[in-house]
Amino acid sequence: MSVLVVVECDKGEVKKSSLEVATYGAQVAAQLGTTATAIAVGEAIEANLAKLGEQGISKVLYDNEPRLKDFVNNAYTKLIATAAQQEDSKVIVLANSNIGASVGSRLSVRLQAALATNVVELPKTDGGQFTVKRGAFSGKAFSDVVLSGERKIIAVKKNSIEAQHEAGKTAEVTTFSAQLADADFADAPSQVVMQDQAGGILLPEAERVVSGGRGMKGPENWGLIEDLAKALGAATACSKPVSDVDWRPHHEHVGQTGITVSPNLYIACGISGAIQHLAGVNSSKVIVVINKDPEAPFFKAADYGIVGDVFDVLPKLTAAVKELS
Amino acid sequence: MKFLVCISNVPDTTTKIAFTPDNKEFNKAGVQFVINPWDEYALTRAIELKEAAGSGTVTVLNVGEADTEPNIRKALAIGADDAIRVNAAPKDAFFVAQQIAAIAKEGAYDVILMGKESIDYNGFQVHGMVGELLGIPTVAPAMKLDLSGNTATLEREIEGGKEVIRVNTPFVASCQQPMCEPRIPNMRGIMTARTKPLKVVPATTDTPRTQVAEYALPPKKQGVKLIPAESAGDLIKLLRNEAKVI
Ligand SMILES: Cc1cc2nc3c(=O)[nH]c(=O)nc-3n(C[C@H](O)[C@H](O)[C@H](O)COP(=O)(O)OP(=O)(O)OC[C@H]3O[C@@H](n4cnc5c(N)ncnc54)[C@H](O)[C@@H]3O)c2cc1C
Ligand SMILES: Cc1cc2nc3c(=O)[nH]c(=O)nc-3n(C[C@H](O)[C@H](O)[C@H](O)COP(=O)(O)OP(=O)(O)OC[C@H]3O[C@@H](n4cnc5c(N)ncnc54)[C@H](O)[C@@H]3O)c2cc1C
Repeated sequence: MSVLVVVECDKGEVKKSSLEVATYGAQVAAQLGTTATAIAVGEAIEANLAKLGEQGISKVLYDNEPRLKDFVNNAYTKLIATAAQQEDSKVIVLANSNIGASVGSRLSVRLQAALATNVVELPKTDGGQFTVKRGAFSGKAFSDVVLSGERKIIAVKKNSIEAQHEAGKTAEVTTFSAQLADADFADAPSQVVMQDQAGGILLPEAERVVSGGRGMKGPENWGLIEDLAKALGAATACSKPVSDVDWRPHHEHVGQTGITVSPNLYIACGISGAIQHLAGVNSSKVIVVINKDPEAPFFKAADYGIVGDVFDVLPKLTAAVKELS
Repeated sequence: MKFLVCISNVPDTTTKIAFTPDNKEFNKAGVQFVINPWDEYALTRAIELKEAAGSGTVTVLNVGEADTEPNIRKALAIGADDAIRVNAAPKDAFFVAQQIAAIAKEGAYDVILMGKESIDYNGFQVHGMVGELLGIPTVAPAMKLDLSGNTATLEREIEGGKEVIRVNTPFVASCQQPMCEPRIPNMRGIMTARTKPLKVVPATTDTPRTQVAEYALPPKKQGVKLIPAESAGDLIKLLRNEAKVI
């Protein structure tokens, strides 16, 4: 009975959120007095999978089937379900990503497991109950949820657990076959289009985010946002009206009806801080607000603020970051 | 084509979230409920596809108690043909998924559309569960949906990009922007909605697998530290030395 951890890989690298998930899974395994096994999905390299030992994973299962490189909901579900049965796993941990949560919800039905998504802390397992804390009401609250039954599936919110790195520890990588057939790939994508990420940093995975609102006045001014983001190693984001008028692409829109981010640092430039915007960003560890209006509601949710003109302040910040390094 | 659009009844996006004194339930007092914003994309796209085909029906489905009916009527006013309400408090996502799957099976719907996730419980799971219960594909979250005969072409958002997926009916998709421009009810719609059929059916008896023990609000922020614009560079030093985030 080991804890099964689903690890997403991209171009050979284990995604940052999956390193967090591996850490989470290993810690749950320790709580339950067992070991953690990982199953890799996506484009993986064995050497990187072995390094999951650093997060406390004992064994990694890897199916070499080339069609598993892209996300195929049915095939991933079958792969993970087969691994869970082989390992007799009572707890499965995945990332709360579009992939992780999509697969997790199918798995919960197939394995008759209780599912909690958007989980932010390690479970409490005392007193015979299994309770997890999860984000709810779009970042405006948390709920403690009791998971009943023999099996549990947990989708861990990004950046809520710090990935451990115990240098030198390696996991045993074992090939594994779920005997996938053509029918399992019926919902395979016919095409995969990756976006050009500013500086190669994915917004949902980013540790730092620089975000612009209507106060940026127009798309021609985004160079200021991008310069600061580049200097900081940050991803770029925007408010809803900015993507609605196509100043920026939709995948950068954060908030209640966009994506939710929880980076260590969120810098809001010319964003008023409407409640729907805050919902998508308020679990960021540190929030910085730059706004010329001292009454802007965002200041109430901020840790640091500058009352000033973005066109004046942003270049100064970029210069100051460059001076640091 | 028979479209089934599942709508969730959620607190308006401007709601200040509060709980009952024992922190065991969401405090509905004074809260305005709306159709879950993502579900509006599902509803509008279903109506658009029906209109484009020149035939078909759009049925809206909610699992909820009688207090959700104003929003079911609103969905009818936007352009759905009829509605079903499964009369039960939605105990958890699996419970809701079981109700939806039962209705979908009985009505032999071709296209089952939902929102990406509910903005109250943020589950992102009912669509996957329904697909699995029915043994059909789920595409979540979909940014684009087109139909040609029985084949749908969808764009699914994945972290850092999108995938193009073709599936045959029946299937489940959960919708998000920029799929369409959600419609709002017009006067004629509001008038005709009053007489459109709204069927209330009992829930199948099934036990939920999760239970909320307690809610909590996030810890309050300490208050903002302001840095004068003239010395903006100092902020960067604070972020490194005090906040330790760069
Ligand atoms: C159902 C619903 C869902 C929504 N979902 C989202 C969502 O997911 N995400 C989202 O972002 N919004 C969402 N909104 C919209 C939200 O209510 C706000 O309208 C939006 O967030 C405002 O965007 P903004 O801050 O960029 O623009 P504004 O509110 O116009 O604010 C611009 C700010 O820039 C400041 N400014 C102007 N010029 C300068 C300058 N030169 N230097 C410094 N500051 C300057 C102004 O003082 C102002 O505070 C939603 C709304 C609804 C009704
Ligand atoms: C009084 C009350 C008590 C609750 N107690 C619990 C509890 O103890 N434990 C718990 O986990 N949850 C509880 N809930 C949450 C409730 O069960 C949720 O509606 C359910 O979990 C689905 O939300 P989700 O965020 O998981 O949906 P998601 O998976 O995020 O929703 C995706 C899509 O599914 C569709 N959908 C979701 N809900 C419905 C619905 N009711 N009718 C039709 N379509 C729908 C919509 O299209 C939605 O966009 C409670 C809710 C209420 C009102």
